[in-house]
Amino acid sequence: MAVVIRVENLTKKYILRHEGSNSYEALREVIAGSFQKVVKKEIQRPSKEEFLALNNVSFELNQGERVGIIGRNGAGKSTLLKVLSRITEPSSGRVSMKGRIASLLEVGTGFHPELTGRENIFLNGSILGMAKREIQLKFDEIVAFAEVEQFLDTPVKRYSSGMYVRLAFAVAAHLEPEILIVDEVLAVGDAEFQKKCLGKMQDVSSSGRTILFVSHNMAAIQNLCDKAIYLKKGEVQTIGKSEEVIATYLKSTAEVQNINLADRKDRSGNGAIRFQSVELLDDSGHTVQSLQCGKKAVIRIHFERNQNVVINNLHVAIGIDNDFGQRITQMNNEVTNQIFNNVQSNSFDLVIDVLPLKNGIYSFVLYSTMNNEIADWIQNAGTFHVESGDFYHTGKLPPEGQGSVLIRYSFNLK
Amino acid sequence: MSLPNNFDIVIEPNKRRSNFWKDLWNYRGLFYFLSWRDILVRYKQTAIGILWSVIRPLATMVVFTIIFGKVAHLPSDGIPYILIVSAGMLPWQFFANAFSEASNSLIANSSMLSKVYFPRIIVPISSVMVSFIDLLISFVIMAVLLAWYHFIPSINLIFLPLFIALAVFVTIGLSLLISALNVKYRDFRYIVPFIVQFGLYISPVGFKSSVIPEKLRLLYSLNPMVGVIDGFRWCILGSTIEFNRLGFCISILVSILIFIIGFYYFRKMERTFADII
Repeated sequence: MAVVIRVENLTKKYILRHEGSNSYEALREVIAGSFQKVVKKEIQRPSKEEFLALNNVSFELNQGERVGIIGRNGAGKSTLLKVLSRITEPSSGRVSMKGRIASLLEVGTGFHPELTGRENIFLNGSILGMAKREIQLKFDEIVAFAEVEQFLDTPVKRYSSGMYVRLAFAVAAHLEPEILIVDEVLAVGDAEFQKKCLGKMQDVSSSGRTILFVSHNMAAIQNLCDKAIYLKKGEVQTIGKSEEVIATYLKSTAEVQNINLADRKDRSGNGAIRFQSVELLDDSGHTVQSLQCGKKAVIRIHFERNQNVVINNLHVAIGIDNDFGQRITQMNNEVTNQIFNNVQSNSFDLVIDVLPLKNGIYSFVLYSTMNNEIADWIQNAGTFHVESGDFYHTGKLPPEGQGSVLIRYSFNLK
Repeated sequence: MSLPNNFDIVIEPNKRRSNFWKDLWNYRGLFYFLSWRDILVRYKQTAIGILWSVIRPLATMVVFTIIFGKVAHLPSDGIPYILIVSAGMLPWQFFANAFSEASNSLIANSSMLSKVYFPRIIVPISSVMVSFIDLLISFVIMAVLLAWYHFIPSINLIFLPLFIALAVFVTIGLSLLISALNVKYRDFRYIVPFIVQFGLYISPVGFKSSVIPEKLRLLYSLNPMVGVIDGFRWCILGSTIEFNRLGFCISILVSILIFIIGFYYFRKMERTFADII
């Protein structure tokens, strides 16, 4: 088998500037900077910090391999894909690739809401590097895959989010590149469509094409990929068979106990509140490293308030995912009529009277809105471990591998 | 297990992309589709659509004719003053629109730059092409005006494509430079409207460049739009319009210089666009 991607000592360095959050410079700073040099006066410069998004990454991929890239947020997965897709340049090292590359880092890049589905197929196709003839040839196939026949001449701003995603994926899926690079795009769309996309990617790879796939959904990685790369803090931790790498990854994520969110950059929202850290407490109010099935569990969330606004009508939600990235449940204070008003404190508790989760690793999403505007939202905010417990008070444990949620029930002969 | 490979894409830091021209050729469709998108969107979002391309230059022409022709009584050598203004307006409107749009084009398409690979140079150039469509519409207005005043263009008209090419060349050169600078220094968002407004008065749009004193004429030609605008007038209105050959050569040299600087600066900066945009 031929090597189609060779990555050698790849390093990507970012300079973090602590003053201001903008990466671009203002002329003022440049002018002021050169002025400082002239007068030779040492004024305290904004501190700069180097950050290695990728650190000496090397690997080789063969033709036709399906490779999953896993790792926590900020591990360098997206940076790696960006370098491979030639969007950003590495700071050092080399990548050699063979064949036509297509990358799908975001669904529907370049889609214009005012244009119709038909127009967007052509626009998006050409942005992804397809020639007009090629798009015309595949047009019917794309439309059929996306299931948007009746809406072809409707502006995509009127599309449902599902239709939008289907159309966007359909265009990219019909690129027929030799190397296909896909970032977490299946996070959107319904289960049916996810299955279809995975199927399409499987087809793509069975015709000898190479796929690189980033996902937090371990089930998808396990299904699709025969090989996986585990990145941690910009370095390659393990490369190998996907089941083995996933097992290593899941084990290591459990070791992270202190869930600090203060430095997280991958959040969205207007910042009326900002989640800072998450603490786990047991039924006697002690901080613990893991929760126990069947016991009372408290998830205490610390946040920072924007002092300039009165925090009213604050909705908070916590979504819990299993270790395959599938959402198990979502808990929020709206459904329980406990919306927070006139918030003066800096933390709240989510109290679960009887924790109905089996032993395992769970990850969670934190979400909050104030007056229906997103205040803070962190995907994959962290993980916690649940230990086995006597949920049914019988001293017996439910069987392994039979789901992750327990329900209080009884059987009665009638 | 792997035989010696001939990889066709090699990514290394600070490496000039050897396949720049090949890539540009492969993505040639994108020039068309990006311009097509901008035109479609513009006419879908506005109520009277294409009429805007007519109303804007027409209004400016009328104002300039009144101010420079009627109020300031600048010489017209027997040609209706509105024709002098409109012949100058054609290239200037094109430059002003194209330059404003193109300078902002990279920022306007930032999500594309940070998510997809394609030759970045396509973005500002295709937005210049959008304004080129407006230029063609303006030519129709010009033709109507010429017919209205029973003015027959001279044989010089055959040289017009040459001056159109020069106008496009200058505009692209300057747009490449400013659009790349704009990614790094957002101050250019404020500088660009200033250049355009200032340029309107220092370029011979509302008057002929013959009103500029003789000894300042060569200095005046350092503005590349002077050569372009004079050329347009000479082509459309005929040889009664003075055409300064030396000044024109200076304008061409300045244009080439701007283009080279713009092109190389753009190529140098484009690899960092995704990181700083």
